[in-house]
Amino acid sequence: MNDWSQALSHHPAAGGEAVATITGNRGLQIEEPLIFEQDSPGKCGVDLPEPPAFRSRLGGLERKGPVGLPGLSEPQIVRHYTRLSQKNYAIDSGLYPLGSCTMKHNPRLNEKMARLPGFADVHPLQPQSTVQGAIELIDTLAHWLKTLTGMPAVALSPAAGAHGELCGVMTIRAALTARGDPRSRILVPESAHGTNPATASACGYSVGSIPANKSGRVDLAALKAKLGPDVAALMLTNPNTCGLFENEILDIAEAVHQAGAFFYCDGANFNAIVGRVRPADLGIDALHINLHKTFSTPHGGGGPGSGPVVLAAELAPYAPLPWIVHGTDGFKLVEHAAGQADDAIGRLKGFHGQMGMFVRALTYMMSHGSDGLRQVAEDAVLNANYLRVRLADVLSLSFPGICMHEVLFDDRFLKDTGISTLDFAKALIDEGFHPMTMYFPLVVHGALLIEPTETESKASLDQFVAAVRGLVERVRAGDAVAFQAAPQFTPRRRLDETNAARKPILRWRPEPEQRQAAE
Amino acid sequence: MRYLPLTDADRRDMLAAIGAASIDELFADVPKAARRDGLVDLPKAMGELEVERRLSAMAAKNVAAGSVPFFVGGGAYRHHVPAAVDHLIQRGEFLTSYTPYQPEVSQGTLQYLFEFQTQVALLTGMEVANASLYDGATACAEAVAMANRVTRRNKAVLSGGLHPHYRSVCETYARFAGNQLDAQDPAPGGGEDLAGRIDSDTACVVVQNPDFYGEIRDFTALARICHDKGALLVVVVTEVLSLGAITPPGEMGADIVAAEGQSIGNALNFGGPYVGLFATRDKFVRQMPGRLAGQTVDAEGRRGWVLTLSTREQHIRREKATSNICTNSGLCALAFTIHLSLLAEEGLTRLARLNHAAAVAAADRLAAVPGVKLVNRSFFNEFAVRLPRPAAPVVEKLAERGVLAGIPVSRFYPERTDLADLLLVAATETVTEDDIERFAAALTEVLR
Amino acid sequence: MATLRFTKDHEWVRQEGDTATVGITDYAQEQMGDVVYVELPEVGRRVEQGKEAAVVESAKAASEVYAPVSGEIVAVNDVLGGDPAQVNADAMGGGWFMKIRLADPKQLDGLMDQAAYDAFVAEQH
Repeated sequence: MNDWSQALSHHPAAGGEAVATITGNRGLQIEEPLIFEQDSPGKCGVDLPEPPAFRSRLGGLERKGPVGLPGLSEPQIVRHYTRLSQKNYAIDSGLYPLGSCTMKHNPRLNEKMARLPGFADVHPLQPQSTVQGAIELIDTLAHWLKTLTGMPAVALSPAAGAHGELCGVMTIRAALTARGDPRSRILVPESAHGTNPATASACGYSVGSIPANKSGRVDLAALKAKLGPDVAALMLTNPNTCGLFENEILDIAEAVHQAGAFFYCDGANFNAIVGRVRPADLGIDALHINLHKTFSTPHGGGGPGSGPVVLAAELAPYAPLPWIVHGTDGFKLVEHAAGQADDAIGRLKGFHGQMGMFVRALTYMMSHGSDGLRQVAEDAVLNANYLRVRLADVLSLSFPGICMHEVLFDDRFLKDTGISTLDFAKALIDEGFHPMTMYFPLVVHGALLIEPTETESKASLDQFVAAVRGLVERVRAGDAVAFQAAPQFTPRRRLDETNAARKPILRWRPEPEQRQAAE
Repeated sequence: MRYLPLTDADRRDMLAAIGAASIDELFADVPKAARRDGLVDLPKAMGELEVERRLSAMAAKNVAAGSVPFFVGGGAYRHHVPAAVDHLIQRGEFLTSYTPYQPEVSQGTLQYLFEFQTQVALLTGMEVANASLYDGATACAEAVAMANRVTRRNKAVLSGGLHPHYRSVCETYARFAGNQLDAQDPAPGGGEDLAGRIDSDTACVVVQNPDFYGEIRDFTALARICHDKGALLVVVVTEVLSLGAITPPGEMGADIVAAEGQSIGNALNFGGPYVGLFATRDKFVRQMPGRLAGQTVDAEGRRGWVLTLSTREQHIRREKATSNICTNSGLCALAFTIHLSLLAEEGLTRLARLNHAAAVAAADRLAAVPGVKLVNRSFFNEFAVRLPRPAAPVVEKLAERGVLAGIPVSRFYPERTDLADLLLVAATETVTEDDIERFAAALTEVLR
Repeated sequence: MATLRFTKDHEWVRQEGDTATVGITDYAQEQMGDVVYVELPEVGRRVEQGKEAAVVESAKAASEVYAPVSGEIVAVNDVLGGDPAQVNADAMGGGWFMKIRLADPKQLDGLMDQAAYDAFVAEQH
């Protein structure tokens, strides 16, 4: 045997133990301690001049003890965070089919534009005459959002989708209060994302649930039965979290409006309809848009996002500050509730909004244009339906018929196999894919919600299909143990989440303290 | 279109596989009345060069802080961020990854969040911190909501020294949640009796340190009074770098710290995205909003991290969640973590001293301008001066002379004529002696 | 002899004189998975039959525990603070949640006995 085949013969079989290394490292995968565990006291990664002598004016409240930060040089820190990055899956690495997250490619031009000093190195409270270009950019973004949605107004300060929901529901409550009819309930479909009822609660509303009908959409009759003089709004997602367009949406809007309530739409799934359908034409009164979903601003490991809210004319007067108005001498930020902004609900955030995300989103919008954006929705819907037909015979499709930009399966195909949705997802990780969304929406059992987005090539989708089909074959072969052992090839195997919740360790502490905390 | 991988041939093949004659068939559920056959009235697709040209034109209309003497603060501060930070956060595995819901392939994110949480706890002198909120102002509002939950009361007393945007956000949140606020009016340079306003309905007292005008105070006595009366002390910090120089809130007896982390790792960005820091005591951890990275072991006994205590959050608790927050400020938190790691103990202390030294120099030089009086007894890197005339027009004139001289307090309180002659001035390590001299010279000229 | 009854929400209640001990059933703890935390009511609080009295949490879910009977909380199981796993290990005994001084002992008559509950659980599958 030559060296190559000798190496192969030592390769661990699936399910067997990996070859142990001396360091615990595995090739490019490095076991990297915390920065606190690499302290060289006195070291640092910056060179700063010694300040000239001065008389301290800190009011006698100088810090008495050290903060406790570790000392490292720049090379060590660059290496530390580089090694950490290598343990992460990302859109840049592969398909990220998380339903309702819209994990599309993050164009690098966005990053370049956001870093132009004229956008990155300007302070929100410089004299307005010195930031006209920044206000113009926000105004341009507002124009694109209003045109794409058909709505007359937009509130730009919310920092994320959930923040946008809060904004929208607050304007609704303000409008109803101004009518002298505050009402007390908000209706939310069973399939709604958790932020919807959490938002309603935060605004002082109680939450009523609307069941789905057999075709996975809002049960119109059930909705009508629950609408009444105490209902302030319906919060709907369209397309919904089952990936289906609410085909009765015009009737829904009419019923809601006839009952004197407002129609809020969660715009998380706007990617399915951008450029082809305008929410205003669906009877929607308020819609938040996740710029970090539909408009490609990067997810960054959990944020930051941006959740501007487009508003109907009746809600526009209540939009939070600041407002942008066009004056004779340029753009103006209106920062106080006076004059035309008299009824503004106040502020939802410090300063003006997520400018860094505005620049990125506008860069994306201008790159695609009206034709490109329409193509985005079409390709997103095409890709999802392609996955639907290529997987419907091996997975359990929850709702027959066409889907929009995402497709929902459930765990009936795993019945009596001893393999759960979770196990299946973990096995998919070993195949090199981030799993789809699991266990959401709650309207089906063991949900698997797949959203490929438009930036996946057909070849990428075919690879994914092959992996999923292969895994289903292994399911049918009764290979439950292998599934329960997955993932095996990742930087970490399955982690003990129970103990993490029972005995939370939420920060590093020096050695003896850490052991005490764990007991 | 460069971002769309599908070719027309692909689309044809895929439609055939689906059994649809055209893409329109896949949109059949859209009501006819809402279908748009044509394009929306917006420009068509553009190449990179054209997009760059247009956006650069907009950017060029703004005066970048680095191009002039710059003294603007008011809750967002211009600091030098080492070059390595921006390179590292742009690694695709950080930039384009998602919330670490699948921990086996997200250990990079989870480990840095654990480091971030530790750094925030150390800086603030508190026991536990979360993985970030949107910004300092919303963190402040969340702190009030949390204090309400912990004490089962629903009134908050707000100091007049609290940043007016933070006060405004608290007011908005409280109004819609049905909670009460007792917000004191600003009294720069003066005192206020917060202890006297605590009653049996008070869930918390909210103070800021250094306050909006830069004044630094010891809140240890107030913390004791709050606790005696069953209320919590919330301390807000808008310039997190100050924690490298002054006693942290944790050592004064704070129960919750809500802070803005922008100063470390993040550019001014015209107001966002920033990063909200949130820290508290271990005993309150289950009432804390936001994500938490926790340490655990994997199936092979190796240390790793997961998101934990998730039952506080909206995706599980829905209407009973501690907050509706989902997306936070992940990448900004990473920038914070990397920058602070580079600073280390030595660098943080020295950087804080440089900031204070710059502010001392600026304050002394400005106070020497005829008619200008320093308001503060103490300050870190921001202070207030009283001018002999309304400050807003002075700031405009100084801008025309190429100096960004700070923020007139009237921008925040237009109706308070008694505050109209106050100017907030910040001086960080990016300010030079020459900048200060140019500011003083221009100010002298404008006030003549 | 202590009367043991069950609710449709999988709580058990064992009467002992004028108080009753309450917990969640073995079926419930199995459905829940590993219990990580139990949020118990304060001693002295009045609870109403059918209304939320406690919350039991796993790593991934939180379930309300409803009071099977009305009355005043006279004791809660302090053991669960340090060892929530007791709920999994011994749901019907050592994993008890709270003791209630009964406002109306007749309420127990309306609840399922062991046989009825076993049949109810069988239907769930």
